[in-house]
Amino acid sequence: MVLPFLIEKEFKQMMRNIVLPLIYVLFPLSVINVVPRIATQEIKHINFSMVDNDHSPLSQRLVHKLSASPNFHLVGTYPSYRHAMATIDNADADMIIEIEPEFEKKLITHGMAHVAVATNSVNGMKGSLSTGYVTQILADYSAQLRDEAGLDAGITRTARFNVEPRYLYNTTLDYKLYMIPALMALILILICSFLPALNIVGEKEKGTIEQINVTPISKVEFILSKLIPYIVVGLFLLTFAIFLAWLIHGYWPVGPLWLIYLFAMAFVLVMSSLGLIVSNYSSTTQQAALLIFFFMMIFMHMSGMLTPIASMPQWSQTLTLINPMRYFMEAMRAIYLKPVTFASLQWQFMCLCIMAAVLWIWAIVSYRKNS
Amino acid sequence: MKENYVIEAAGLTKQFGTFVACDHVTFKVHEGEIFGFLGANGAGKTTAMRMLCGLSVPSAGHATVAGYDVYHQADQVKKNIGYMSQKFSLYDDLTVAENLRLFGGIYGMSRRQIKEKTAILLQELGFENERDTMVRSLPLGWKQKLAFSLAIFHEPKIVFLDEPTGGVDPITRRQFWELIYRAADRGITVFVTTHYMDEAEYCDRVSIMVDGQIRALDTPAELKRTFEAENMYEVFLSLARTAIRTDS
Repeated sequence: MVLPFLIEKEFKQMMRNIVLPLIYVLFPLSVINVVPRIATQEIKHINFSMVDNDHSPLSQRLVHKLSASPNFHLVGTYPSYRHAMATIDNADADMIIEIEPEFEKKLITHGMAHVAVATNSVNGMKGSLSTGYVTQILADYSAQLRDEAGLDAGITRTARFNVEPRYLYNTTLDYKLYMIPALMALILILICSFLPALNIVGEKEKGTIEQINVTPISKVEFILSKLIPYIVVGLFLLTFAIFLAWLIHGYWPVGPLWLIYLFAMAFVLVMSSLGLIVSNYSSTTQQAALLIFFFMMIFMHMSGMLTPIASMPQWSQTLTLINPMRYFMEAMRAIYLKPVTFASLQWQFMCLCIMAAVLWIWAIVSYRKNS
Repeated sequence: MKENYVIEAAGLTKQFGTFVACDHVTFKVHEGEIFGFLGANGAGKTTAMRMLCGLSVPSAGHATVAGYDVYHQADQVKKNIGYMSQKFSLYDDLTVAENLRLFGGIYGMSRRQIKEKTAILLQELGFENERDTMVRSLPLGWKQKLAFSLAIFHEPKIVFLDEPTGGVDPITRRQFWELIYRAADRGITVFVTTHYMDEAEYCDRVSIMVDGQIRALDTPAELKRTFEAENMYEVFLSLARTAIRTDS
């Protein structure tokens, strides 16, 4: 058996590398500890400026109600819209809320009055989310007033009915819990795709692969010797990441743990064969690194990791069907958030297996011991 | 003498686009001889050697090495040859013993065989103290000796050496050739390319390649007689001057 000799050699070289063992520790740590805290799309801190043209008890109550919300922070009250605008220009405030003159009187006599909300929407996501929050608070206030006085009043025309959402699975709407399973995919890609590709092309550059190619080693033996060490390390680091997610954030998969490893195996097979194909077509580490980086960028953005696939254009939604990361991520998120069974994820598993089979055949056929 | 050939090349050709690196090369190498393969840079020596080792696929012609076809039975060929490339290609982040262990393992030697053979080899080379030295920190001459010993570690029938003594000092070159003779004594056929004409004198037979073709093939003594030359250097010059292809 040749394989044990080859694998032994890979592990020795890996451990003698100055950077790799360090990466193995630091990468999961930073990915699980730091990234979920910063890569968040939750809006938790909205600064607003107030222009109260009425100064009545009812308008005052609205101001109090807004500033009482944990997400809203009152920057100041200004005499006019123009003055308040200065706070937006200086980036002190994100939005201006203006109450019209005779707000209270109009409410009582006509049952209707106006509140203007102006939002800085340079960041479209933040703009629309914070406007949504304000609208909710206003609707709430309007309902409150109706209850109190039997006033048939609506401060805004929206939300005459009461909606009480019940959030499923991720009950606290915690974005971190949504991101962490997805980030685990990144660890596997780096270890199981990037590293073997760079390793093989590195041997081409150094010329050591020549010495291997004149030996009777078979293609399959050579390829396995390159992949097994990284797959072992990859799965080990996945375990480390699962442990870290539990230690740091207190998250533990709701679904069965073995399902995570089943999917990780399938995903790792896909990604490592991709790494091999890249290395077979590249003659320098630079080429290989750029190619894998290219794939990684596309895989990440088309996987639903950061933006939901359902809100992509149709052509792109179709393209995500050939993105292995999509299936792995869907499975990981499902396993972390829901009490899933294998049956509910078999479609994802099948797709990964098909990709693995196709890419493996390609990887073995395209590896040449001669030119 | 009974003709027993271990390498037979017939019309071996390698073409890269319109460039014919190796042009219908035909020659035979006897079992156990030291065969010198001479030629200027770019004459096609390395290309020919790579084809014989199964690293490069011939565009035309065929060759057998150790009785196996280099194209159709590449794996059989590879079991019977050793190869030392122009560029040092051992793992410099493994120790001397680890490199031997790896390649011994690759050629199917058992762990015990490897251990015994390693001890003998290190002693022969006087490398006992370098057993656990990283290969990268060895001086070039030592690396070359190690690379050669590794190429014949699994007792191949033929060993291919591609400019094994490039950049090595005269004393080490001398020692290197002693290693080659020792291997030849054990019955290993040595196929060696070189630029050093004094080394050509050490060979049993020499071929000289010019522009991808073999222009002369004989024993050094016979070549000197034919070309009315004092030494191999003059033989080489009179042939190499006819070259159209140059290094640039």
